[in-house]
Amino acid sequence: MAEFSLPANSKVRKDGRVFKAPPGAKNVRVFKIYRFDPEAAENPRMDSYELDMDACGPMVLDALIKIKNEVDSTLSFRRSCREGICGSCAMNIDGKNGLACVSACADVKHDIKIYPLPHMPVIKDLVPDLTNFYAQYASIKPWLQTRTPAPPDGERLQSKEDQEKVDRPSACILCACCSTSCPSYWWNSDRYLGPAALLAAYRWIVDSRDEAAGERLDYLEDPFRLYRCHTIMNCTEACPKDLNPAKAIGEIKQMLLHRRH
Amino acid sequence: MPRPLSARDRPTSPHLQIYRWQIGNSLSILHRLTGIALALGLLALCYWLMSLAGGERTYALAAREFASPLGRISLIGWTFAFLYHLLNGVRHLFWDMGKGFERTQRHASGWFAALGAVALTVCIWVFIWRSGP
Repeated sequence: MAEFSLPANSKVRKDGRVFKAPPGAKNVRVFKIYRFDPEAAENPRMDSYELDMDACGPMVLDALIKIKNEVDSTLSFRRSCREGICGSCAMNIDGKNGLACVSACADVKHDIKIYPLPHMPVIKDLVPDLTNFYAQYASIKPWLQTRTPAPPDGERLQSKEDQEKVDRPSACILCACCSTSCPSYWWNSDRYLGPAALLAAYRWIVDSRDEAAGERLDYLEDPFRLYRCHTIMNCTEACPKDLNPAKAIGEIKQMLLHRRH
Repeated sequence: MPRPLSARDRPTSPHLQIYRWQIGNSLSILHRLTGIALALGLLALCYWLMSLAGGERTYALAAREFASPLGRISLIGWTFAFLYHLLNGVRHLFWDMGKGFERTQRHASGWFAALGAVALTVCIWVFIWRSGP
């Protein structure tokens, strides 16, 4: 059921700590960052960090790493590759989901507000609990399923055209930017699979080597799993890899319609 | 040593409060709001038809209600709600056919539905103003 406001234990306090820029800093920018400490019996709060941008890299992730290294080591966030391929540093930056490592501080004109991915259980600071998200991905069986034996003398081959069908959707890095930008997913993530899992399902349905498209479609034909998509399209706006989960979902709906006739 | 927080007690991260409005979700919520407005408008339409069935006196009363400032504002609102819901409904039909999902397509069709509904509402009401008493 849709809950538009935050529960009492999740309301964000405005009276967070303020970390001033070092004296003499000329190019100062303010980062307002969501903080939650699971060991303190306190609500989440917004801390402000003033950084000297002349001594900081250009990306939001550079700023977060600088804060953790030099200002406040208690700040927690996920990061790994710092080049937009691992999907670890997905978070809400300036009101929109994206990867901190490929989001430039200069693209935000005012104070840079950073929250964890929206409507998720928060483990600590910018680290959300993605257990349900990964379980939904696993539920679509993201592997090749076959009924016929493989050719005895080689691999299952596919034409260039067939490969191109799965090329783009395979580029998904499971960062969860899309699913956690979707209001439908916010209100129904217990039953709606969300754009990331559905894009992955699409990727296997259209794979010419996969022989379980029927079962895959059976699983998705459900008022919640698939049809909670109301073409709001926040998912596609948010995707840092420029993929189109909304279109994939639309095509799955088409396939379900066509197989009835 | 404080006890680790159980998964059940974890706070929910902010969502509606902090997510920046996009064209997509703004027009989507407007589609729902205009749908609700039209459902309420159906009650007003029923009232108008019943007043018509009730005879000259009840009809005159209803006509006066609809001609009041609040009545006129509501009628203009329902005109916009009807036209926007209609035009945006066409977008939904195209999406259901698997078309119009690309960025430029969905942005252009969104602006077309929203601005088209405003323009048609203005046209209709200018026409009513100039032809009516």
